[in-house]
Amino acid sequence: MILTESFRLKSGLAEMLKGGVIMDVTNAQEALIAEKAGATAVMALIKVPSDIRKEGGVARMSPISKIREIMATVSIPVMAKCRIGHLAEARVLEALGVDYIDESEVLTPADDENHVDKRHFRVPFVCGARNLGEALRRIGEGAAMIRTKGEAGSGNIVEAVRHMRCIQREMKQLTVLSSDELMAEAKKHQAPFELIEYVAQHGKLPVPNFSAGGIATAADAALAMMLGAEAVFVGSGIFKSSDPERFAKAVVKATTYWNDPVKVLEASEELPDGMPGLDIRQLEESQLMATRGW
Amino acid sequence: MVGKKRVGVLALQGDFAKHAESLERAGAEAVEVRTREALEGVDALVVPGGESTTMLKLIGYEDLWEPLRAFGQKKPIFGTCAGAILLAKHVLNPTQVSLDLVDLDVERNAYGRQLDSHIAQLELEGSPLEAVFIRAPIIRRVGAGAQVLATHNGDPVLVTEGKHMVATFHPELTCDPRVHEIFLRRV
Repeated sequence: MILTESFRLKSGLAEMLKGGVIMDVTNAQEALIAEKAGATAVMALIKVPSDIRKEGGVARMSPISKIREIMATVSIPVMAKCRIGHLAEARVLEALGVDYIDESEVLTPADDENHVDKRHFRVPFVCGARNLGEALRRIGEGAAMIRTKGEAGSGNIVEAVRHMRCIQREMKQLTVLSSDELMAEAKKHQAPFELIEYVAQHGKLPVPNFSAGGIATAADAALAMMLGAEAVFVGSGIFKSSDPERFAKAVVKATTYWNDPVKVLEASEELPDGMPGLDIRQLEESQLMATRGW
Repeated sequence: MVGKKRVGVLALQGDFAKHAESLERAGAEAVEVRTREALEGVDALVVPGGESTTMLKLIGYEDLWEPLRAFGQKKPIFGTCAGAILLAKHVLNPTQVSLDLVDLDVERNAYGRQLDSHIAQLELEGSPLEAVFIRAPIIRRVGAGAQVLATHNGDPVLVTEGKHMVATFHPELTCDPRVHEIFLRRV
């Protein structure tokens, strides 16, 4: 169903990003630091999530001039965020020629019922998910990469762990069912039947599965990889640490060598202070970003 | 089966898992390589697609420059996309360091950005070959000793020189095992 030529090119780029770190940046200078540290891609956004959280108000797509500046400065892929359901921001980013669009819960949603129909775009999309049903709904709409949502800007890995464990567990459960049980699963997960069937047969998503939201140390990145993430997104963690360049380098090393504790130790040793963290249980419901997305 | 070839896949970053699957389909044993010790145990190496700048950093962080160059003096390496960039003598757009193991010049992101990624129907040894190009480089010059096995719009896209082989497309993203088989015949 989804293995069209265009879809293969979209998920193909996600394949190339595996084992790497995609870093949130707000300007060209930060993008350059990210590229020099070994980022596989940068994500352009108006403010890092912890500042969006702090400053409140409406968070929108990055100013075009900033994205252009970033695209002109680095040779690695440039991604940019649009608001959930904001068809026009997505079209603008495609016209600008960014390499990936993140239809992201970190920005203020533009539509509280619908996401963008991503199948009609030539540019690939990544979307966040908390569970298998949400991941498969986004893939059904055309997302070529899924990332756990975590709780962006919190510096707390607990939500990303919860989401990754949930997706992995729900996928494993499908693999032991017989085919006549799958329609009931599609109903339960509120997900397209063909995609439920795909996961039951293959034990994994038909697109790369990355982790995001709350990664604040080298060991956090290694943990995400241990739980089955194929790459990581790091947001506020890098540019809210006391030494972004060293921090970025340490996370890159820990992501490649996640299965080698001595190397993760080396990476952690080089690490300056991480960003301050938030206890998710003390956040108001209205402050949670992960619950945005339908 | 006796004497399966042990082929390493440089697994610092990129689509190394897809290459490992392709190598196994073509009859080899695939081994992920992230350290100089792992490099010592393999008969050949694949440098996969991914981001060449990221791989350069990790090669530097782990002091793998000399081990990789020494490996390439003795044993075959197959580089695809970012891997081709790492093996080339000269890299353009922007200029960057490389292993300098294959005498060719490569221009990064030469077709443009992701919106210019494409799938093309090429010809390999007289039969059709589907080739996936993702933010691909273009080979701008090949050395005198190079053999061009496939071209796309007149540019060489699959080239052997001495022990080594490079592709600017991604044979690991299709089910066709022929390109990996050609490499394994050289091991």
